[in-house]
Formats: sequence, C-alpha cells, structure tokens
Amino acid sequence: MDVTMTVNGVESTHEVEARTLLVHHLRENLELRAANVGCDTSSCGACTVLLDGHAVKSCTVLAAQAHGCEVTTVEGLADTDGTMHPVQAAFRAEHGLQCGFCTPGMVVATVSLLQDNPSPTEREVREGLEGNLCRCTGYHNIVRAALAAAEAGKVTA
Amino acid sequence: MIPASFDYVRAASAGHALELLAEHGDEAKLLAGGHSLLPLMKLRLAVPGVLVDIGHLDDLRYIRVEGDEVAVGALTRDRELERSELLRAEVPLLAHVAGQVGDPQVRARGTIGGSLVHGDSASDLPTAVLALGGTLVIQGPAGTRTVAAGDFFQGFFTTAVGEDELLTEIRLPRTGSHGWAYEKFTRRANDWPIVAVAVVDGRVALANSGPTVLRAGATESALAAGASIAEAAAVADEGTSPSADMHGGVEYRRHLTRTLVQRALETAAA
Repeated sequence: MDVTMTVNGVESTHEVEARTLLVHHLRENLELRAANVGCDTSSCGACTVLLDGHAVKSCTVLAAQAHGCEVTTVEGLADTDGTMHPVQAAFRAEHGLQCGFCTPGMVVATVSLLQDNPSPTEREVREGLEGNLCRCTGYHNIVRAALAAAEAGKVTA
Repeated sequence: MIPASFDYVRAASAGHALELLAEHGDEAKLLAGGHSLLPLMKLRLAVPGVLVDIGHLDDLRYIRVEGDEVAVGALTRDRELERSELLRAEVPLLAHVAGQVGDPQVRARGTIGGSLVHGDSASDLPTAVLALGGTLVIQGPAGTRTVAAGDFFQGFFTTAVGEDELLTEIRLPRTGSHGWAYEKFTRRANDWPIVAVAVVDGRVALANSGPTVLRAGATESALAAGASIAEAAAVADEGTSPSADMHGGVEYRRHLTRTLVQRALETAAA
C-alpha cells in the first residue's frame, strides 16, 4: 500500500507493507535514524516523534495510521542553518545525555511537554517525561535541561 | 517485533466500518489508537487478517453535555479527556483517571472506546466507567443498542460488544464535584496497577482483582447500611479473585484492595 506523510516539512509517498511500523518507515525508507527502537513495547520512549504535533511512540503506530499526517523527528528540530532548537541547546548545555540512545526521544518528548506546559515545575517535568527511560539513569541532568529550555523559552518569547 | 501480515482498510465512516466488519467476519479487528491491539499483534498474540482503521473518524471524537449526562465519543483520546475543562467540571473522576493512563505519548494515541472494548481488568478507564455507572452505546448491523456499564464487562478481555459491532459513545452521569477518588498502586511509574480503586457517589470499582473490573459489592452494601469507612473497607476484597504474580501474592493484593478502598473512601468523603 502507498502511504503519504509530511516528515520534517517534506511530503513523500512510499509503498510499504501494511504491517510496517512508523519507526521502521522513518529509519529505513526515509533514512531518518534518530528515533531509536529501544524496548519495542511502547515503554521506553526512544522512538518518540511528533505526530500531528503530539509526542507518540512510533514503535506502536503503523505507518499506515500516519498516512496524511505530519511527523517531526529530532532531525527536523534544528533550523536549516544548523542553529539548534532551544531544547537541543539546553540538553547540550546541561549535559542532558550520557550514551545518547534515549536522547532523540527525550528531546522530542520535552518539546511536546513544553508545548503543552511552557512553565513546568520540576515535578511536572518528571511526570511529563515518565514515558521515556534513560538506562544510563541520567535523569537529573535531563530534568535540568527541560527546565533550562523552559526558562530559555521565556527569555526569547 | 513486527506484526504478522494483514490487510489494512481505513474506514470512511462508522457505517463503513460496520460494513467491513460484516464483510470480513471474525478475520477483522477494529483499530482505534492501537495502543492495546498493536502490542498484542507485535507479540503475535493477536493475528487479525484485516485491520479496519477507525482512528480517523473525527465525528466519534467529542465531549458534550446532553441533559443529565455527558456524552463522550468512543474515539476521544485519553489526552483529550485529561485536558477537557468540561469533563473536569462535570465528570472529574474520568478526566483524572485519563491522566493516569500510561504516559503522555500513550495518552496521545489511546482512546476511551479502545480501552473499554479491550476489556483489560487492570485498566484505568474501564474501572472509572464502571464506578461512574454510565451507559455504553453500541452500533451494529441491527441498529443501535445501549448497555449499562455494569453489564458491559463480561469476562476475561470480553465485553458486550459483538464482533460485528462498534462502541460509539459513552454516556456518563454528571457527578460534578460530588466526592470521588482514584487510588492506583504501582511499583514503578508507567506500570499497570497492581490494584486500583475508583470511588464516586457511593460506588466502588476495582481494577486487577478478577477477570474483569469489578464493583466492591460488600463495601457498597456496608456503606449503604451506614457502616463506617473502616468497616466498609474491611470487606472490600469480598468477591475478588486476584492472582499472584511477580508483584505479589493473593493475600498481598487483598490487603492492598482493603487499604486502597479505605484511602479512596476517605478522599472521596473529605
């Protein structure tokens, strides 16, 4: 079957098997390999992408379900001149990553969290990122990065 | 993990979905948000031949007041329930419980109808709807019928919705700020509850205490007869049949049930 979706602003159509998961479509057909397959059971969040603006776990969405939708992966966050998205910049500044495997999902989940709640408390950040696991257990810096991104958002708004 | 092969059809309307179910019989499964069905398909515990995708039927996605009730379209997502000002005012238990499902990513996809029809006894929304005592609206080849929440959950992952039918709407009483509570006990963030308890308006529902979500009948009777909260909570595990697993044994779950019912009743009464 053919699926058409707009990924990071670019529309494309691909023939896929109906059972193709969105994460595999992104990684294999579109060669966007930031979203990782971690647990593959919608627990770890490493595959998180924005689907029509909201964070979802792309290991538990069929590519067919995303037909006609807009998808943003972490590759689509930075400006075309390479300027990092404020959330990416905050993850770098606060060292919000160790091995980096969870990072694409953490960054996208944080973008979604801050869209919903631009000024979260620390507790709201921790609860808002509960669907993303960091096996390095680097949570403190990840939470600091999310709070720093929220603060930076206030300055530029 | 990749599901076994299937044919995918996107339904254009509820009526089209029913036609597709009639055409494909027990080969077909409805796909709403997919957050119960797709994990089962990835594990090959479910191997449908045809997936009928109803997830894009926006006319089954609404929350509105109708007389003494709030009507919720079956494809309303958990995220929309959680964030609905109307629901927070009129049926706050449901809005709160929707916010306890999974995590934000799961709530962005999961739907109330999908959760109810999946019929997992450990699931949040079925517990809330059973406690609220709503009415479920089901469309089928013969037309529309309604089923009371108390008759909807019929057995292990089995509900009143037939293979050729579609749950379209959930009708709930407008409880307002009438005392309510939800107590969900998990060992880790994001887990299914080991036991959960929903209380509203004198009704008490239990998750993960038997093959379906259950009403704590002995507790409700005791309360109606004037018992104290402690007395009513002490019989909360009567009629339950929890099973032992890696999280704990049967007596541990029974103890949790009594304890959580007491806490929920105290919160609802406060």
